[in-house]
Amino acid sequence: MSGSYIPLLILFGVSLVNALGMVVVSHILSPRRPTPQKSMAYESGMIPLGDTRLRFSVKFYMVAISFIVFDLETIFLIPWAVEMRELGWSAFVAVSIFVAVLAFGLVYEWKKGGLEWD
Amino acid sequence: MDPIAGVPLLVSTSLKIAIMFGVVMLTVAYTTLAERRISAFIQDRLGPNRVGPFGLLQPIADGLKNLIKEEADPGTASKFYFLLGPVLAMGPALVTFAVVPFAAPLPTPWGVVDMIIADVPIGILYILALSSLAVYGIVIGGWASNNKYAFLGALRASAQMVSYEVPLGLSLIVVFMMAGNVTLTGIVWEQQQLGFWFAFPLSLGFILFVVSAFAETNRLPFDMSEAESELITGFHTEYSAMKFSMFFIAEYAHMLTASALMATLFFGGWDLPGTWDNAYWYQGELIRGFDASGAPMAAAPAVWKTLLTFAAFAAKTGFFLLLYIWVRWTVPRFRYDQVMELGWKVMLPTALAYLMVVSATILVLDQVGISGFYFGLALTGVSAICTVAFVFFLDRGRIMVGAAAPRHGRVGPRPTFGRGAMSSEGATTGD
Repeated sequence: MSGSYIPLLILFGVSLVNALGMVVVSHILSPRRPTPQKSMAYESGMIPLGDTRLRFSVKFYMVAISFIVFDLETIFLIPWAVEMRELGWSAFVAVSIFVAVLAFGLVYEWKKGGLEWD
Repeated sequence: MDPIAGVPLLVSTSLKIAIMFGVVMLTVAYTTLAERRISAFIQDRLGPNRVGPFGLLQPIADGLKNLIKEEADPGTASKFYFLLGPVLAMGPALVTFAVVPFAAPLPTPWGVVDMIIADVPIGILYILALSSLAVYGIVIGGWASNNKYAFLGALRASAQMVSYEVPLGLSLIVVFMMAGNVTLTGIVWEQQQLGFWFAFPLSLGFILFVVSAFAETNRLPFDMSEAESELITGFHTEYSAMKFSMFFIAEYAHMLTASALMATLFFGGWDLPGTWDNAYWYQGELIRGFDASGAPMAAAPAVWKTLLTFAAFAAKTGFFLLLYIWVRWTVPRFRYDQVMELGWKVMLPTALAYLMVVSATILVLDQVGISGFYFGLALTGVSAICTVAFVFFLDRGRIMVGAAAPRHGRVGPRPTFGRGAMSSEGATTGD
């Protein structure tokens, strides 16, 4: 079955060449007349104030951490889901406990305010 | 009939890749035109209708214009990452289509050709893996622009896309349970065997998938990364000419893949509605089903079947593309905190609960010994109850409320002023 991955590799190559080609071709074809105003970062017509790379809300880290937990849960559930009908009730009980633990974690995060945005 | 092998396989695969790549690019180009035309019709305008008959050459004119237009690169941008952003956005977007079967197998003098680029055993996991790379293009592009709007757009996009990846994955798990397989060909086959499109026995899963897919592709009502009225155009504010086009192509390619997935996972893929005529590789044989004694019956692939099933697939995918456009010009944008609330407080718990309900139902039905048509019917009933309950509870406004409604219920009252996604006004976690 590993042979079926070869078309994917070819497709990756085609897609990459296509994407890079677009950048290169437009770079060759397009004119280039930079002025100080043109190469200024856009800030609704004002001269940009301060630096962009400032600190941002910690909420985004919270989302990222929660994502890792629950995305891993999804990954763990996939093998069980595929074989669920063969594995039967014992696996169902095991998965129920697994899901219940994570659901408890979600409720805890919710009640602690980790999911609030304002 | 034998599968195609050797040199003809190489030729057919190369042809399929070339044709599919061209068709995807063309579909993307014409979806942009359809979007502009349909939005115009919805708003009682005409839309672009000057270039060619009915404006049909507009996408080509747009492409040419973007190719030869001057690129205004911001001087303060990080040059390398600024270039890497659109390449990373567009590269993966155009390869996800490879594992979607788009027609019944085609018989040729050299053997049977599968109408799929690569029927890999990992199937849909490949699409999940590659489509989640989309967030890198957006984040790197937005960060490298060194523009505050772009940065905020990229930040929002990253949080939103990872948030909705979880319900997206969980809504797929019910499909895996029904199909016992993660390949899309297997999922199509199981739907035909059951005689039910999964949209009926797994209706709530379908709803969760559609909503998550809208959020994953950053389409309205979830276009937080662009949000024209708040962030100019969000993460691609600094991009112009071809690099902007590339983000645009990537977005529409993701839409196309998501539409094809909705059609394949929940609406039978390439099957003709009602015919349930199969063609599936089972232990080296192309079969259309099992007879009463369990022996496989050989399938009868035909050219006209391939053409008709491709038309069916195109019609289903086109319908969901239309749905994307229709929703965009009908539903207003969410506020950012509402997007995150919907993702974490509604979609995630619902998906988890629904997953357990479906798996318990399937096990009970298996235990009782119900199979075939009544299996599908029973599951349809259970899912319909779940869907009605979901809509009912969402409508109560306990977890999420509209912007105009007063805040009530479990989360406590909210201040009515100074409400911003990035500001903090004390804890609102009171019970």
